[in-house]
Amino acid sequence: MRFWNRSGASGAGMAIVCTVLAFTGCGTPPPTNGRVEISYWEKWTGFEDDAMQAVVDDFNHSQNRIFVRKLTGIGEIERKLMLATAGGDPPDVAGIWPATVTGFSEKGALTPLDKMVKEAGIRREDYIPVYWDLCCHHGFIWALPSTPTSLALHWNKKLFREAGLDPDQPPHSLDEFESMSERLTIVEIKRDGKVVRVRYPDLTDAEKKARDFKLVQVGHDPQQPGWWMPMWVYWFGGKLWDGQRQITANGPEMIQAFHWLQSQSEKYGVDNRRSFGASFGNFQSPQNPFFSDQIAMTLQGVWMYNFIDKYAPQMEWGVAPFPAKDPAKYPLVTIVDADVLAIPKGARHPREAFEFIRYVNQQGPMEKLCLGQRKFSPLVNVSDEFYRRHPNPYIKTFMDLAKSPHAQYAPRLSVWGAYNDEMNVAIDRIMALSATPEQALDTVQSRMQWKLDRMLTRWDAVRDERLKEWSDHDAR
Amino acid sequence: MTRGEKRNLRLGLAFISPWIVGFLAFTVFPVCASIYYSFCDYDVLTKPVWVGALNYRDMITDTVFWKSLYNTLYYAFLSLPFCLVIALWIAVMLNQDVKGRSVFRTIYFLPSLVPVVASSMVWLWILNGNFGLLNHALELLHIKGPQWLADEKWTKPSLILMAIWSCGNTMVIYLAALQDVPRSLYESAEIDGANPWVKFRHITVPMISPVIYFNLIMGLIGSLQVFAQAYIMLGGGGPNRSALFYTVYLYQNAFDYQQMGYACAMAWILFLIILALTWLATRSTRRLIYYGGE
Repeated sequence: MRFWNRSGASGAGMAIVCTVLAFTGCGTPPPTNGRVEISYWEKWTGFEDDAMQAVVDDFNHSQNRIFVRKLTGIGEIERKLMLATAGGDPPDVAGIWPATVTGFSEKGALTPLDKMVKEAGIRREDYIPVYWDLCCHHGFIWALPSTPTSLALHWNKKLFREAGLDPDQPPHSLDEFESMSERLTIVEIKRDGKVVRVRYPDLTDAEKKARDFKLVQVGHDPQQPGWWMPMWVYWFGGKLWDGQRQITANGPEMIQAFHWLQSQSEKYGVDNRRSFGASFGNFQSPQNPFFSDQIAMTLQGVWMYNFIDKYAPQMEWGVAPFPAKDPAKYPLVTIVDADVLAIPKGARHPREAFEFIRYVNQQGPMEKLCLGQRKFSPLVNVSDEFYRRHPNPYIKTFMDLAKSPHAQYAPRLSVWGAYNDEMNVAIDRIMALSATPEQALDTVQSRMQWKLDRMLTRWDAVRDERLKEWSDHDAR
Repeated sequence: MTRGEKRNLRLGLAFISPWIVGFLAFTVFPVCASIYYSFCDYDVLTKPVWVGALNYRDMITDTVFWKSLYNTLYYAFLSLPFCLVIALWIAVMLNQDVKGRSVFRTIYFLPSLVPVVASSMVWLWILNGNFGLLNHALELLHIKGPQWLADEKWTKPSLILMAIWSCGNTMVIYLAALQDVPRSLYESAEIDGANPWVKFRHITVPMISPVIYFNLIMGLIGSLQVFAQAYIMLGGGGPNRSALFYTVYLYQNAFDYQQMGYACAMAWILFLIILALTWLATRSTRRLIYYGGE
């Protein structure tokens, strides 16, 4: 009996130990030779991750005090970071997006970098201004860029040629864009009992009105890929909020942009467009509608080169600024975004983490990273070697767009996620012709103003305390 | 309690302590905490701030909340009867003494073994408006199929169809109950000249009524909590939030909009809805259920 009790007790102990090990993980990391080890969470995979790993390796070899351990391919990094930070066990460095910076910083979940940035002699002037601004919120800096992006019009030169358009002349205004888009649109229609393919402008008025055709190629589909739908307003000179306390979802420019969107459904038919959309393959595949000659012009980012290179290497393509409604007033409109490196609140080694971020933001490592990811550098100083070695023939266009005073980004609002969702629902409604732009946008305006007011009430209550805390913050 | 019994009790508790700790830490505590958070403005990252019943009051004016509730009830009240009836019908068929019965049983049970993520990905293709198998089959009947997942009128029916396809679990439970119905009852009825429908209506259904009730309650709870397939196939709720189910909206509030307090309040309202409907179902079916020996 005694024997059984003793072994039983040790069995119970083992059960507990096994459970604890199962929960905590029991892998042994490689030794870091007494160096301060900082953990770095990043979302990239594939060649983008390889590019960052090369920079991390260079940093680890460049000195013997700090060792960066990168955990990569973290999906839904924002949610995981939120839970890790709330649980008091965040990484030292997190590769996130500026949209995350907004909400996280307001909630005190990031470390302000102002003092460390100042000590390191890093200045706004060192960067293309929008990328610096993307890292700031409420007058404090919360992150530094790793890689930047901007968007531009990509067009298929072969389809331009087939439509009788000059393949080297992209549209210069939205009106010109729209008429070229019609020319590039091909439909299948029954004429005299036979199915024929006709370009949209060659349809009779009655055929256009009946919309009894099938789309086989379109000049442009504003819902493809649909990642920036609420931000079409930038090409109409509008904005999504006043930068202070007011949502401007139903402003005149927004209504104009929504009428433009809705005109696609009115022109080509709701069901025809749905049916055409259902024929698209995955974005990252040769069946991407831009690669498979189904869409002639598309708004895409600097990363598109990588996918063209991989899935449609034979494609003849060009890049130019996406034309605005009023090109004289808004000549170079784009949406910019970036990957940024931030230090979550509660990180164990913020000083060492900043050392790494600072290293990445030096010209040499930054060019290595951006070249590896085939993007451009967010820094103002760029070597000739960078351009010479860069495989994307249009890299300077993206950089020029980012430098434009009309380079825009998603509103720096912690309720942007909800705002974006509301706008997409409004777009669903207008594209299905079940609401007018005014009706759909009024709904968004009232819902989002209510949400913003609620958020601001809370922010106002903690504002002074937070600003003082951030001003006094010293990572040491 | 003797010393030996006490020792055994301690030992037993030590053995099950991993479960007890897990249950307390990951079930009891979160459930209790969620009651508190439901009365707070809480975003996970900062400390919760007590706001009283504000979250509950907000729900009343939140049109998306009502839409998600409508979508969920629509789904539950259509998918549940279909699933119960079709699963029972298949179970009765598979209970017949036919050749290859076990093969058929396996075939009908298989869909419920497929992980929900995998089946959702398959259904995304089956329901594709242009290349999907379903529209192809309809085309053979000269019917033009809709854009199932792109047209807001068809998103909920698509998910209901998918739920019916995977009712294998319900069917297996019916099958087990059907096999427990005494043969002697059928034989007596046959002697009295009862036809198959009369036997089904007056013997089978009453005898398996506790199992029908069980499936009803479990199905009700499951369908009101539908999440994975809708989230995978239609992301943020599909076109015009036509398939934004209650739990998906709850998840959005908790993790996309960082309104954990509001999400907790929604969770408690869902609990109360399920409790009320279960009570209603229990009460309204009380006289219809036959428990042996009563």
